[in-house]
Formats: sequence, structure tokens, C-alpha cells
Amino acid sequence: MTALPETTEMVDPVPGAAAPHLPQRSQLVQLLTPEGERVEHPDYALEISDEELRDLYRDLVLVRRWDVEATALQRQGELGIWASLLGQEAAQIGAGRAMAPSDMAFPTYREHGVAWTRGVDPLHVISLFRGVDNGGWDPVATGFNLYTVVIGAQCLHATGYAMGLQRDGAETATLAFLGDGATSQGEVNEAMIWAASFSAPVVFFCQNNQYAISVPLERQSRVPLYQRAAGFGFPGVRVDGNDVLAVLAVTRQALQAAREGQGPTFIEAFTYRMGAHTTSDDPTRYRLASELEEWKLRDPIARLKAYLSRQEKADSAFFDSVEREADELAERIRSGTVEMPDPDPAAMFDTVYAEQTPWLAAQRDEFVAYRASFEEAGE
Amino acid sequence: MSTETLTIGKALNLGLRKAMEDDAKVVLMGEDIGKLGGVFRITDGLQKDFGEARVVDTPLAEAGILGTAVGLAMRGYRPVCEIQFDGFVFPAYNQIVTQVAKMHARSQGRLPMPIVIRIPFGGGIGAVEHHSESPEAYFAHTAGLKVVAVSNPVDAYWGIQQAIAHPDPIVFLEPKRRYWEKAEVDTGATPDPLFASRVVRGGDDVTVLAYGPMVKTALQAAEAVAEEGRSLEVVDLRTVSPLDLEPVFESVRRTGRCVVVHEAPVTLGLGAEIAARVTETCFHSLEAPVLRVGGFDTPYPPSKLEEEYLPDLDRVLDAVDRAMEF
Repeated sequence: MTALPETTEMVDPVPGAAAPHLPQRSQLVQLLTPEGERVEHPDYALEISDEELRDLYRDLVLVRRWDVEATALQRQGELGIWASLLGQEAAQIGAGRAMAPSDMAFPTYREHGVAWTRGVDPLHVISLFRGVDNGGWDPVATGFNLYTVVIGAQCLHATGYAMGLQRDGAETATLAFLGDGATSQGEVNEAMIWAASFSAPVVFFCQNNQYAISVPLERQSRVPLYQRAAGFGFPGVRVDGNDVLAVLAVTRQALQAAREGQGPTFIEAFTYRMGAHTTSDDPTRYRLASELEEWKLRDPIARLKAYLSRQEKADSAFFDSVEREADELAERIRSGTVEMPDPDPAAMFDTVYAEQTPWLAAQRDEFVAYRASFEEAGE
Repeated sequence: MSTETLTIGKALNLGLRKAMEDDAKVVLMGEDIGKLGGVFRITDGLQKDFGEARVVDTPLAEAGILGTAVGLAMRGYRPVCEIQFDGFVFPAYNQIVTQVAKMHARSQGRLPMPIVIRIPFGGGIGAVEHHSESPEAYFAHTAGLKVVAVSNPVDAYWGIQQAIAHPDPIVFLEPKRRYWEKAEVDTGATPDPLFASRVVRGGDDVTVLAYGPMVKTALQAAEAVAEEGRSLEVVDLRTVSPLDLEPVFESVRRTGRCVVVHEAPVTLGLGAEIAARVTETCFHSLEAPVLRVGGFDTPYPPSKLEEEYLPDLDRVLDAVDRAMEF
């Protein structure tokens, strides 16, 4: 047996890792520039009324306000943690509003904007981050699955659900949300293989916010993410994730193709997480302030506001009314959070199984009796 | 009434067929389960009769099988997933433990997961690595799952149907080395409940507990000691989670002695849990500590050594002797 050579220094195992990676912004679908100029794209025409534009603006402002309020609530000790969507509002509102009511979304844990478009009460999302439950909404009634915390696991659920839709003959699609880090997960790659093999009506919507907590994209991929789709055998599209109109148009088209039996699409919404990964994170340790400043110039809300104002599609009375509505929403979220009751302790036993086991029922009884013994003792 | 002689493998095949006839939402998923009928032929002929939408030859990806099963279950289907061999369940372990097992609780009961995970388990077939394992404790340790281990054609025929009709996810363990064991199956009978243990041989001296492939071994041990004038009460646990131990407690209170047999390593295996519960409940009736006979805390060995590793008649009898002498 040959002895291993003794080394004193660790060799960089990734030659060229420090070199500039491939250009990351080619082929970007954009309908609204960061300056608020409306541009056309040959493949993605968008017919949209002024009222619809104003509604999108309202969505963006309200979910940002919800997000800011939730971050404040966490700082004040009312939430255990909060995963901020700051900067990703357009990607989420555009994707959510592209869905038909019967479509089904499979979110990660950051899709508050999509939750909003599905009519999920913000307090039912807040309750998860407060530690009251694992999400209080009805996934079937809202067409919005519960948050999935294990990275990428939901992509397979979306694919399986889509396979069910095929068997039902339903003209419906699923929208699987994932982040840039999730593209490295085996299960995400399996989901794309399955979706392709069965031509399942699922759209993979990847918000590339540039970081998986602290690790930048180049550690996940050597090619732009949307190009991965070609290897699986279906279209990949990169869209400006801070452009709500482009996201809406691209996602709408992909969902329609899926519903019509053309199989999956991979959408890479190129965006930026302007806040921390969660309230427990400190992004100043791994990224430059100048980078954030650069992305602030591409803010998803500012560009739509500029467009609406300049084109006189909305007046100051409208913007004022949205602000007032945001204030009211924030107040409702704040009071609803602090008034939220703790769950019944014995309830943790109740939905482990659809058909309760005698053993767990006995554990529950014992637990209830144990707690009652303190109450009887007046403690 | 119609009674036929069936192997465990054929009983499973007929049980699956019956379940698919009874409920159009039953979908079989797995590797090579279509044209080939599965490597053990358990799904033989089913794709031909029920079509490719209901008997799905999947890509070679176990996490994919279980992950898509979650989505299908959310859509109202009843997926029956075949994992080709016990040692190949681990790529799917994440989906089973973090998703399948927890979805019902996560959703406060809104999303039931009527998924059956069929796994041929255990050793004794002279196979290479990863084809002879007994992973039941991993699943029994996971809240939200139920775990069944059949030992005979009658339970195979009924059990698979009951598992498919059940609203909770079930890991359904099939004793692969016993697939070819035969018995009379009355397909018109009323089956025993799925989550119930069964006394399969009455006795007075020692209570021997087993499930899956070890039930036969335990019965052989009982037969052997009968010639020496000792009588063993053999209990087929049938369900590993939830454990049905009332008949066990009743038995141990009479015999005062208890031996648990399984192929899985003894450390933190089912025997450890059973020993604890028997001790907690029958402490004053016990004449000897609860003894465990199982695999060693080694990786499952190369097949030339598996007869040394697996509990056999002699190791069960050795434990019976120690229990009697205590």
C-alpha cells in the first residue's frame, strides 16, 4: 500500500473558484425597466389594464408592509423568527397573480407574497413564526400548500400533485417554489426528472436571490440556473424578478403551457434578498453594502410607482389610499399577533394520526392528568 | 368461501389486485414494478390489467417515489410505493420522516397521507450489501408513521388491503426470505384487525415475541423444546408501531418470562422498547429479565456470515434456557 504524501498546506480544491463566474444576467426577460420604462418583449406580450396595474402595486406595497411589521414584531420578541421577503415582492406577487384559482402552489417558507395572492390571512402565516402552529391556513381551500422548511422537498410534492391532476384530467397546474440554494438538492433534481419523464403540469419557480443564507450562487452552479432546464429536457427562462409585469407574463405563459399538456418549465426569477436570510442572520458578514445599494436601484416597488405616476395611471390619492391601507394592515397584524392565544398543550397529540393509536391516546391522558395535578395543587 | 394455497408473494399480489379493484384511487409506484412485475414479482400482471397510470414504473429515484406520493396523496390518491430492497429506502428517508410522517400533524389534520411503503426486509437470501436489512426501528421511532410486519400469507393478503384502506402512512414490511412460504388463505373470511398482535402458539413457560421472518423461527423453537417438555407461548406481534402489547402482558403475567426475537440489531431495536414496556407493566410477574435475541451491532455481514449473524433456532433456544435458569 502506498503511503499518502505528507502535506503541510491544504490545496485549494476548486481551481478557478475565485475567478469571475459566467455572466449571470444574459437573456433576461424584462417588461418594466428599473427606471420604470415599459418595454416590449417579443415572446411575452402582456395585456394589462390600468386597474390591474394598480392592484399589483397595492399587492406589492401591502406585502412589504406586512414583512416590515413582522420583522419589527420579531425584534420586539413577539415572533420567534421571521424570514423576510424584502426585495422579492415582485417575483412573488407576479407568480401568485399568474395562477388560476384552481392551481396549487407549493411554497418554501418565504412565500408570504404568494400567500397574500392566494387569500391566506397574514396572521395564519405569522402564527407559524410565533410558534403557535406550523401554518394555520387550509392548503386545499387556498390552493397554497403549507410552508416546507426542508429545502426543496416541496418540489416533489408539486410534481406528484401534478401527476394526480393528469390522472384527474384536470386543466390545472402546480407552481413549485424554490430558491437558488435548493437547486443543489437531490430531491429538486429528482423532481425535474420526474416532471420531464411524465410531462407533468408543474412549473418550477426559482427565486434566485443570490444567496443561500451566506453562500453565493457560484457555489451552487457553474451555469446560469435557467440553463439547467435544458439538461432535463424542458424550457428554462430567466426573468427579471424585480419586474412584476415580466414575472406575471412569463409565469402565466408557463402555467398555461403546463395546463395544455406541454409539460414543465423552469423559471429563474433573478432577484435579490435585500434583507437577512432570517432575523437570526447577519448579512454584513458575507456581502458588501455596495451590492445592496446597487440592488436598491432595482427596487420592485419604486419602478412600478414611477411607471404609474409618469404614465398618469395612478394619482396621489391612490398612492395615499394604499399607504393608509398598509397602515391598517400593519395594525391588524400587530394586534392580531400580540393577542394570539397559545395553543392547547394537549392538542399536540391530536393530529399526529388520522386514526389515533391507543399508545398515543394513553400518553395524552397521562400528560393531561399530570398537568391537572399541578392545577389541583394550586401551583 | 374460497380457500386457496398461496405463497406470501402471491397473497400480496392478490391483495394488491383486490385493493386496486376496490378503489380506483389506488396507484402503485416503484422501480421495475410494471412489465417486470417487480424484482420479487409481487406486482406481476398488475400493469397489464390496470394500465400504466395506476402501476407506474418510476425513474430510479426513491426520494422521488415518496415525494411524488405525498403530492398524489394530497390530490386524493392512495399511493402504494414499492422500495425494491430495505437498504434502498434511505434515499427516501428524508421524505418519509420529514414529510410523509409529519404532514397530517403539520396541517392540523387537513392533509391525510394514506401512503403505503412496501419494503421487502430482512436477510437470509445470500444477497450482497444493502439487500438484507431490518430498518423497522427507524420508522417505529418516527411519530406519524405506522409499521406493520407480516409473517404469513393470510396476513399478507389481508394486511396489504387493510394498510391501503387505512388513512395513515404505513411502512409495510414483507419478509423477503419467506415470500415463497405457503398457507391456506380463505379470501372470504373476516380478517383480524391490522394493528393487533396474535398468540400463534399457546404455552406456559416462556413468552416468545417475534414479527415478520422470525415468527417461523420462534415457532420452530417452540416445536423443538416441546420435545423436552417445555412449552413456549409464541406471539406474532404483526404490528411494530403501534405495538399491541396487551396480549403480551397477559401472557407474561402467566409465564413470567419473555424473549424478544428480531433480525435487527438489538441496540435500541424493538426488543429494547418491548423489554421496557413489559418490565414497566409486568414487573411483579417477571421471574427473569426480558431477554433479546437479534442481530449484532455490526453492519449486516457478507452473506457467507449471515447465518452466524441472524437469530436462528439455537440462539432462540439459548435465550429460552437463560430465561428458564434465571
